[in-house]
Amino acid sequence: MSLFSLFGALEVGLIFSLVALGVLISFRILRFPDLTVDGSFPLGGAVAATLISGGMDPFAATLAATAAGALAGLATGLLNVKLRIMDLLASILMMIALYSVNLRIMGRPNVPLITEPTIFTVLQPAAVGDYIMRPVVLAGIVLAAKLLLDWFLSTQAGLAMRSAGSNPRMARAQGVNTGRMVLGGMALSNALVGLAGALFAQTQGGADISMGVGTIVIGLAAVIVGESILPSRKLVWATLAVVIGAVVYRFFVAVALNSEFIGLQAQDLNLVTAVLVTIALVLPMIRRRFARKS
Amino acid sequence: MSLPKSLVVFSGICALACAAAVSAAQTKSVAVTAIVEHPALDAVRDGVQEGLRAAGFEPGKNLKWQYQSAQGNVGTAAQIARKFVGDRPDAIVAIATPSAQAVVAATKDVPVVYSAVTDPVAAQLVPGWGPSGTNVTGVSDLLALDRQLELIRRIVPNARRVGMVYNPGEANSVVVVRQLQELLGKAGMTLVEAAAPRTVDVGSAARSLIGKVDVIYTNTDNNVVSAYEALVKVGNDAKIPLVAADTDSVTRGAIAALGINYRDLGVQTGKLVARILKGEKPGTIASETSSKLELFVNPEAARKQGVTLPPDLVKSAARVVK
Repeated sequence: MSLFSLFGALEVGLIFSLVALGVLISFRILRFPDLTVDGSFPLGGAVAATLISGGMDPFAATLAATAAGALAGLATGLLNVKLRIMDLLASILMMIALYSVNLRIMGRPNVPLITEPTIFTVLQPAAVGDYIMRPVVLAGIVLAAKLLLDWFLSTQAGLAMRSAGSNPRMARAQGVNTGRMVLGGMALSNALVGLAGALFAQTQGGADISMGVGTIVIGLAAVIVGESILPSRKLVWATLAVVIGAVVYRFFVAVALNSEFIGLQAQDLNLVTAVLVTIALVLPMIRRRFARKS
Repeated sequence: MSLPKSLVVFSGICALACAAAVSAAQTKSVAVTAIVEHPALDAVRDGVQEGLRAAGFEPGKNLKWQYQSAQGNVGTAAQIARKFVGDRPDAIVAIATPSAQAVVAATKDVPVVYSAVTDPVAAQLVPGWGPSGTNVTGVSDLLALDRQLELIRRIVPNARRVGMVYNPGEANSVVVVRQLQELLGKAGMTLVEAAAPRTVDVGSAARSLIGKVDVIYTNTDNNVVSAYEALVKVGNDAKIPLVAADTDSVTRGAIAALGINYRDLGVQTGKLVARILKGEKPGTIASETSSKLELFVNPEAARKQGVTLPPDLVKSAARVVK
């Protein structure tokens, strides 16, 4: 496997680790099955690409994309909390609506950024290859997001949010406004996903309306792979675990892409990825069984 | 192992290594990627191989050929692009817009040949239709719309309002809609749009055009092509003539289509790749459009949809569907 392939996996993995952090907040902390992600990921890409090609500074555009993601999450939360629509259905409605919204924002299905400045071209020093620099910048962003999230979830408000997810009745009895916690958590979750979409569009040459397909599946897979590699009830470890899970998942895809030497072909890609992820999930169990025997 | 024996083995390994080195010197490598498996895109891929073969590059002999599909996932498309760049092939062929953008974003030095991209300039793959001066060139599947309009007018001479069903999420279709609007405006005609964001919407989008249009034209929109039967039902029931751009749709009930044969588009792409393998710089080669269009007609469908085809049009067709 070449260095390009490896750094490419790291780059895409780090971007999707932001999605995984978002999914961790919605699915695990709030226990809100949120499919908005499939719409807020391309939303982030659409906002960033449209603003950048309109001449806006790429950093400001990335921030705007993050805010747009937060708004999408907030809207799903409002559908659920204020209009009492079932959580899963509320997120599906939002996901469908965002398809049209994204088309409206972009004005066409594809906004290229190949010749536009991005946060990566702005930060690019001449001495280092861009395929190395991009993962470095992304690692910084992901680390910052993880630490901020760790910090927030240990504050008063963060603890209230966690209690609202794990035991809403108890939380309400303690005077926590659980509805408001759902709104805030969904906004935070989808802000991270919008940020991921903005970064993805800037590394891959543009935003495309189809870029959201399957985002939630990859985010969930990353969370579960991470949890099985690094099982911990401690939040600091849980956030690290999903980041690792996202990178490992992408690494598996890279391995699957390089598996033609054992006679596998292009159409086997998804199957190979699924088998590798299954192995990663089962390994800890086998390890435990062996540990018990010996 | 005795000394002479090990010598024999050693020299054998040397000979093999030398043979490998010699063949490596002659072997060229091409890496092909597409965003998703799809009949038209697969036809392009097979055509590329045929074009390379015609130019003397035989996969498995003097050509190392590899193909990867992103299976619809943009994250995977990005990783395929990185893998290909890392493999340093002599040329990367990228089929359809998202794959082409991912590859072009990933490299500024490995030669890239795009194919089946309708508007490479709007997608920022190349700065213009002429030689790019960069590492990118390719073949677009843009149809010259004046010839499409000519066909529409020959089938429905007094057409004033042209309906079009398309997916607003497909870049290629949006390009066609914008250009057609302009062209029809100049000809004193109007375009009536009906959006079908999903395959299941094609039938209802077509029904919304009943009474508002004289003819329905469709491009190679993926949603429309996959659900063309729904369109045919509306065309037959409401007697609205259907003109397509995808020739296969004619066998499914359109009256006529003047379209690109995607296999030929692939062959044309393959020949372009061969020029690069032989040493030409991609930056000196201008982007191409399909050189060969084929006319398919279906007189039975014409009868059902209430028009008669001019005999000379039928005569000039590459294929008459019975």
